[in-house]
Amino acid sequence: MTINEAQDEIIEEFSFYPEWMEKYEYIIQLAKDLPVIDEHYKTDGNIIKGCQSKVWLHAEYKDGIIYFTADSDALITKGLVAMVVRVLFGHTPKEIADADIYFIDKIGLRSHLSPTRSNGLLSMLKQMKLYAVAFQAKSLQN
Amino acid sequence: MLQNDTDIITGIDVEKVRNDFPLLARKVFGKPLVYFDNAATSQKPTFVLDALEDYYRRYNANVHRGVHTLSQEATDGYEAARKKIADFINARHTHEIIYTRGTTESINLVAAVFAKQHIKEGDKVLISAMEHHSNIVPWQLVCEEKKATLEVIAVNEQGELLMEDFEQKLDSSVKIVAVTYVSNSLGTINPVQEIIRQAHAKNIPVLIDAAQAVVHLPIDVQKLDADFLAFSGHKIYGPTGLGILYGKQEWLNKLPPYQGGGEMIKNVTFNKTTYNDLPYKFEAGTPDVAGAIGLGAAIDYINNLGRDNVFKAEEELLEYAMQQLTGVKGLRIIGPLQNRVGSISFLLESFHPFDVGEILDKQGIAVRTGHHCTQPIMDFFCIPGTVRASLSFYNTKDEINALVKGLERARAVLG
Repeated sequence: MTINEAQDEIIEEFSFYPEWMEKYEYIIQLAKDLPVIDEHYKTDGNIIKGCQSKVWLHAEYKDGIIYFTADSDALITKGLVAMVVRVLFGHTPKEIADADIYFIDKIGLRSHLSPTRSNGLLSMLKQMKLYAVAFQAKSLQN
Repeated sequence: MLQNDTDIITGIDVEKVRNDFPLLARKVFGKPLVYFDNAATSQKPTFVLDALEDYYRRYNANVHRGVHTLSQEATDGYEAARKKIADFINARHTHEIIYTRGTTESINLVAAVFAKQHIKEGDKVLISAMEHHSNIVPWQLVCEEKKATLEVIAVNEQGELLMEDFEQKLDSSVKIVAVTYVSNSLGTINPVQEIIRQAHAKNIPVLIDAAQAVVHLPIDVQKLDADFLAFSGHKIYGPTGLGILYGKQEWLNKLPPYQGGGEMIKNVTFNKTTYNDLPYKFEAGTPDVAGAIGLGAAIDYINNLGRDNVFKAEEELLEYAMQQLTGVKGLRIIGPLQNRVGSISFLLESFHPFDVGEILDKQGIAVRTGHHCTQPIMDFFCIPGTVRASLSFYNTKDEINALVKGLERARAVLG
């Protein structure tokens, strides 16, 4: 599945929930289903600190593919983190670096991308792209 | 026979005063807005909005400069507001009221000019553990520059100042004490009068951060004997962008100017500039004339309602809120249970405050979440932050009930 196909799938899933509370219940379910990040990756070095909540992000690069795992101390942020991980998981550095993440806006959670909310999600997206660019540069060297 | 004062006091008809605040009629996500973020900023009555519009439409001009009628009218409005503010906090002289951009600038001003003359290597500045970042960082900056030390008065588990710790730390190396009257994150009322008394016994001046207190408590700078007191207009129903620094005349005369520019000078040559008299010595450049006139109007509005009526309504509402919130299952109040005003900080179960705040928002309830610019006190309680509901006299018991229901809903969704 391409990154955009994964995003469209999420948008479609959310179209079943017109009510805000239902949307949140679904996001929280996703948060709870997110595979647990390996505790030893929850280091200060992997922390993306927002003003409100924290996000931990770990990236693994294997055979030209990046595998992200992540976590957050706030449940709603964690649900969004779960969706972003689902969209970008198992793609090449180039695909990730070029990706346009539009699904958060489309499902009505744009406020989470506002820099003033600084809840870690926007910084996490930036960090994922940075990893992609770094791995891309590394693969070009080899 | 003269009518007794108490016969005139009719209290506050909350439904009626709500009509004075147009924004309160808003809906958010289809629900009636419940505004509980008053400690961050208050809503503005039509009376203030009209005063601002009237100024811009009818007599907008620069102050203290022109001979023309408009400039004279603008100056009159601007200076009349200063007098209203002086009376509001019972300052001895109107020129002890300095206009700034807000509490933050007021504190920065004092820290900068006081340090220039009175802080040297090895000295101490004493603040408390519950200060807002704006009463921490300006002092940290001057301490770094002067190689002085920032000392902190400790608090107990209830979020109250430890007075014995204060007494112990108040030695002759302390050059100034800077404490908040009311904690913005915990709602604690600090014994500032006693702090000032003890500091003055050792000839140490005191700055009071009254950003929260000025809305909920009567302020009498002469009775307090405060050397400096800072607050913001926007938290007391005035427009954003205007703050107040009260300073005792003796201090303000003694201290050097803060910023240079127009208005603050008497005579300028390239060799030597002489500075203007108080308060203009500290007001460089074109000031926020509209802001001052707006704050003046806000004070008129409050005086018109009767400050005692306002405080009484808030006290009653706070008591009801504390009673209802402490009844919510799994809710933990952060801060004292008594001797508090304004803000109520709490945690619900082990949910992240951010999650609770977001679910409340979708029900039309505006609260603040996070560390409220008081990171050190959050670290003391080992929490990432709190949910903070801060009340005003225009809030209702029904709104408290809506908050309680909203929290039950949040528990159901997050649990």
